[in-house]
Order: sequence, then C-alpha cells, then structure tokens
Amino acid sequence: MANGAAQTWWRQIEWRRVGVSLTVAPFLLFAVLFMILPAGSLLIESFRNAQGQWTLANFADMNDPMIIEAYAMSLRISITTAIIGAILGLLVAYAITVGGLPRGIRTAILTFSGVASNFAGVPLAFAFVATLGRTGIVTALLTQLGINLYKNGFNLYSYAGLVLVYVYFQFPLMVLVMTPALDGLRREWREASAILGANTAQYWRHVALPILMPAILAGMVLLFGNAFGAFATAYALTGGTFTMVTNVIAQEMSGDVLHNEALAYALATGMIVIMTITIGTYTLLQRRAERWLRA
Amino acid sequence: MFRRFWPWLWVSLGVLYFFLPIYATFVFSLKAKKGIFSLIAYDKVFADPRFGSSFMFSTQMALLTIFCCMVLLIPTLTVLHLFLRRLRPIVEFMALVPFVIPSVVLVFGYLRVFARPPLSLTNTTLGTYGLLLAGYMVLSMPYMYRSIDAGLRAIDLRTLVEASQSLGAGWLTIFVRVIFPNIRVAVLNGSFVTFAIVIGELTLARFMLGNAVAFAPYLAEIGRARAYEPAAITVLSLLLTWGIVMIMQFLGRNTTATIAGPR
Repeated sequence: MANGAAQTWWRQIEWRRVGVSLTVAPFLLFAVLFMILPAGSLLIESFRNAQGQWTLANFADMNDPMIIEAYAMSLRISITTAIIGAILGLLVAYAITVGGLPRGIRTAILTFSGVASNFAGVPLAFAFVATLGRTGIVTALLTQLGINLYKNGFNLYSYAGLVLVYVYFQFPLMVLVMTPALDGLRREWREASAILGANTAQYWRHVALPILMPAILAGMVLLFGNAFGAFATAYALTGGTFTMVTNVIAQEMSGDVLHNEALAYALATGMIVIMTITIGTYTLLQRRAERWLRA
Repeated sequence: MFRRFWPWLWVSLGVLYFFLPIYATFVFSLKAKKGIFSLIAYDKVFADPRFGSSFMFSTQMALLTIFCCMVLLIPTLTVLHLFLRRLRPIVEFMALVPFVIPSVVLVFGYLRVFARPPLSLTNTTLGTYGLLLAGYMVLSMPYMYRSIDAGLRAIDLRTLVEASQSLGAGWLTIFVRVIFPNIRVAVLNGSFVTFAIVIGELTLARFMLGNAVAFAPYLAEIGRARAYEPAAITVLSLLLTWGIVMIMQFLGRNTTATIAGPR
C-alpha cells in the first residue's frame, strides 16, 4: 500500500472514530451523573464523619442492636421469600412446560406472571389488606368457618404477613425466569435416559435437575435481590415502621430516629455491597445456565 | 388424565394465589355501605380531584421517561452494534448498575448530591421534576436497554443502514423512519414495563415530591386514612394497568403481523 494512501486512510478513520465515539458520550454522561455519582457519593461519605474526616467509625457504629436487627430482618425476609417463591414458581413453570398442559394455559399463566411480577408496591399492599387484613374478606370468611386468624397469632402487618405479600410478586418472577430454562430440556435427553433404563425419578435426579440447577440458583438469587431492595410494599403495609434496612434509611431521610447521617451512608453502602454480590452471582449463574440453552 | 394431576394442581395453586387477593379486593371495594354492595367507594375516589391529577402526573412522567430513554438508548445502542462492539460490555454493565442500587439508596444519593449546594436542583419545581425523570430513567434503564438491544439484534441493522444511506438518508431519517419502525415491537415491550414501573413507583416520588403529587404516594396516603377507597383504587389501578398492557400487546401484535406480512 502506498504511503500517501495509508496516510489518508489513517486520517479518515481517526476522525470518524472520534465522531462515532462521541455518540456514546450522552449515555455515559447520564450514567455517570445519575448512577455512579449518587452511589459513589454515598460510598465516599460512609467513610467520613460529620466533620469530614476519614474514618471507619460509621461501619463500627453499625454494630448496634437496631441496625443488626434491621439487616437480619431484611436478609431473613429476602431469603425466605426467595426460597418459597422459587419453589412455587418452579412448580408452576414445570406444570406449564414439561407438565403438558394445554397451550392456552401456558399463555395465560405467562401473562398473569408478567402482570403479577409488576403488581407490587402500594396497590399490592392494599389488595392484601382487603384480603387478609383484620376486616379482610378471607379473614372474615375463615372466621365464619371457625378459624380466627388474628387470635391464632397471624398478623398481616408482621413478618408472616410480609412474607405472604412478597411471595405474590416473587413466584411469578420465578415462573418467568424458569420457563425458558425448562423449555431448554430436550426430549432427546429424556429418551436417551429411558433407553439406558432410567425411570422418571432417576431422569430428574441425574439429568434434568443438574442441568437446571444453575438456572434455579440464578432465579433464587434474583428473587433475593428483588426482595432485598424492596421498600414500597412494606412501607404501604406497615407505614414504614417495620425494622428493615430500607425503612431505616427512609426514616433517616425523613429526618428522624437515627440522627446520624453518616451511619445512614454506611447502611446504604452495605446495601449496595450486598446487591452487587447478588447481581454478580446472578450474572455468573445465568451464564452457566445458558450453556445448555444454546442450540 | 391422572398423569396431568400434579401440573393441574400446581397451576391451580398459582392461579389461586394470583386471583384470590384481586377477587377479595374487588368484593371489599363494594362493601363501603354496610349490608349491601355499592359503588360508593368508587364515587368517593373520583370525587377527590387529586386522584385524577396524580394519575395524570404519573402517566405524563411515564410517557416522558419512555421517550427520553428511547432518545438516549436507541442511537447509543445502534452505534455500539455497528461500530463500537468493543465498548458494548461497558454499556451493558452500566445498564445493569440500576439493579445494584435499591431505589431507597438511589433517592438517598440524589438528595445528597443534587439537593444541596452547589447544585440545589430541588429548589425549583423544574429541577425536581427533571431529577425525578432521571431517576425513573435509571429505574427503567435495564428493561429499556434489554428490549432495544433485543430489537437491534433481531434485524439486519448494517444492511438497513447501508441501504438507507445509499438512498441518501441522513442519520435522523435513518433513526426515525428506518430503525425505530423496525424495532418498535421490541421497544413496546420495554415501554410497557417502564410504564408499569413509573405508575407504581413510590420511593423516588415520595422522597422528592412529598405525599400527593405522584400516583403511588397519593395512594399510600389514602391507604392510611381510609378503609374502602384504597381497595377501589387498587381495583382501578389494576384495571388501568391491565388495559394498557392489553392495548400495548394489541399494538405489538398488529405491528408484528404487518412486519411479518411482506416477508
């Protein structure tokens, strides 16, 4: 190639590159301004005290019964609803894929799941108040049948109630996540194991479940993250008084309880760390799960 | 038939879990007057002007969010697909960041960075709304990103762009009249999710605008004060969301049909 030609080629590409790269700038600017900067600011502030000096004291302050209770409750609710939601979601996803139900049922369930996984927050809390609150329809019905829920220790505005409400948006998400994975189970695998003499239980135990395991775990981790960051549902149901990390941060923003802004930064940082681990794990598991899905 | 017993059982359980609260809410909303079924709760809901105004506000914010997300993401992703494949992991990562920041933490960060000097964005209404819009865009980013990305993957982008260019189209024309119509169905998918997110979003609106401007904070406030109206509003909001889902699905199917027709 002649030197002159190479020169012009180089010049043209360089300019085009600069122009092309600039088109990504608005997105990156937006991301830095409205995602990285706010999160980063909380992160940095969590290492400083009220006088602006660098310190680890805020994290030491987290060793407080109320903070520990808040984290423990958030983790407990997230883990419990992730497990229950995953099991129920898996069973429903199994029913509409491998279970061989009519095509219409499958479409309907997937539509419901789409709506229900989005039907969270304030209206969902109201729906459960109308259903299982003190004067709720189902509560009244059960009382007529001689079962008084509230005299038997049930309370919608407590841990058990929150679990019940969270599962409402958790299990449909699991259905949506697991359906493609279950669709990926190929007929040939079942036939091959049958030829080799495996019965149904053996097929599930040694073939299907090991293949599905990364997808199931990925789904559970996703549900965990889904519940851990949730705020609106618990806020609408309990008025924000229930001791969870999200509520404590919210109370700090409204200006009561902690009176320690630096500690709230540390709490927020703790949430970001846990969510980062969660989403990281999910991404890795998802990648592992997709290995079997690829044609 | 017996072989299908367990699948039917699990599906019935799921459907029961899904519909029982909706059914109970509906019945509850009709019981505002003792002893009879009536629509009194609904009358009261509509009698409050804040119901309509907050719903309109959230609807407008939702549409604005969808529009701004598309303007920001479609050109970016098109360029990434065509020319800057190496940058794609970075942008992909950025689009996942919102999952890592719970909305309470996000609004906390916004108030910390933007609500105090030197920026003090929240001192003006426009600044507050702008910040809220940015927050909504962040919340819906992963979904919009995914649906636009899927749309662009599904079409022969390079050929379309080259064909338009050889016919003399500029980039604006290419985006508005070639790329957008071709990924419209995929984008509708993300738009629907975004709409649902913004309409139901409590946290950002609650801490930036206070109690009664946006829809969800208004609902939460009503829920604390009343018994039957919240149920009525829940039924209404579910109907509205469902209606919008149906309209969008209908639009989506229609466009799919027209796109698939000529092929």
